[in-house]
Amino acid sequence: MSAQEQFTTDAMQYAPQLFSTALRMTRSRSDAEDLVQETYIKGWRSFHTFQEGTNLRAWLFRIMTNTYINKYNAQKRKGTEVELDDVEELFLYKRLGSIDQSQLSSSAEDQMLELFTDDEVKSALEELPEDFRIPVLLSDVDGFSYKEISEMLEIPIGTVMSRLHRGRKAMQKMLYEYARERGLIVEPLTVEGTGE
Amino acid sequence: MPNCQETLKELELFLDSELPNARIEEIMAHLTGCTDCQGAYEFHAELRTIVRTKAKRDHLPEGFTDRLLACFGPESESE
Repeated sequence: MSAQEQFTTDAMQYAPQLFSTALRMTRSRSDAEDLVQETYIKGWRSFHTFQEGTNLRAWLFRIMTNTYINKYNAQKRKGTEVELDDVEELFLYKRLGSIDQSQLSSSAEDQMLELFTDDEVKSALEELPEDFRIPVLLSDVDGFSYKEISEMLEIPIGTVMSRLHRGRKAMQKMLYEYARERGLIVEPLTVEGTGE
Repeated sequence: MPNCQETLKELELFLDSELPNARIEEIMAHLTGCTDCQGAYEFHAELRTIVRTKAKRDHLPEGFTDRLLACFGPESESE
């Protein structure tokens, strides 16, 4: 197998992951397809700059993230950040983690989180403002480290951490709203603290 | 050993595997002895799993693989 063929095979195995993340980033099927396609075209063109032994997956995600930010005019410039409402710490856990069984329409507390549908989880991610959505996607869905995300987005690690923290809390709040809308939680709760 | 407040504050870093090894051990020692914090840890670990697995179940559209394979060719290279 030639080096090019090997590269193609190696790169193609990440297509499903790239596509899933592209869908969450762009929130559009056709844009996601275009984004992944453009990622591979760029990857192929700069294939000679890829150093074997380095992380191909991170390299492809970096190309895709940069392409997305540039192409879709994502807010990258400083000072244009969208703010998120402040959500209390451990938001979802305080409401679902220590919930009384009788307040749930499901039986087992352990399965509470399993009750969220794929669409609800996807939607909670997609509803996040872009500045928060991308780091949360790269961390929670794709498992990249703070350092890798900081390099991909060209922002300091401290900024990655604060966006993850706030983005995750906002996502928890959305999941909670979905659970309420769907009647998974029978009564609106007024819970303080983490439990008795 | 960290107390409950410190443990919960560092839970996110702990779940992200971004703490130094020595600190990981200290947090784990606290979790072992504290059911409240362990509950919080398990909830958030489960939440991570849910997000990771459920936000990933997208199928590639029909014919998309072929479209992508076409990116690795002389045409796109000389485009």
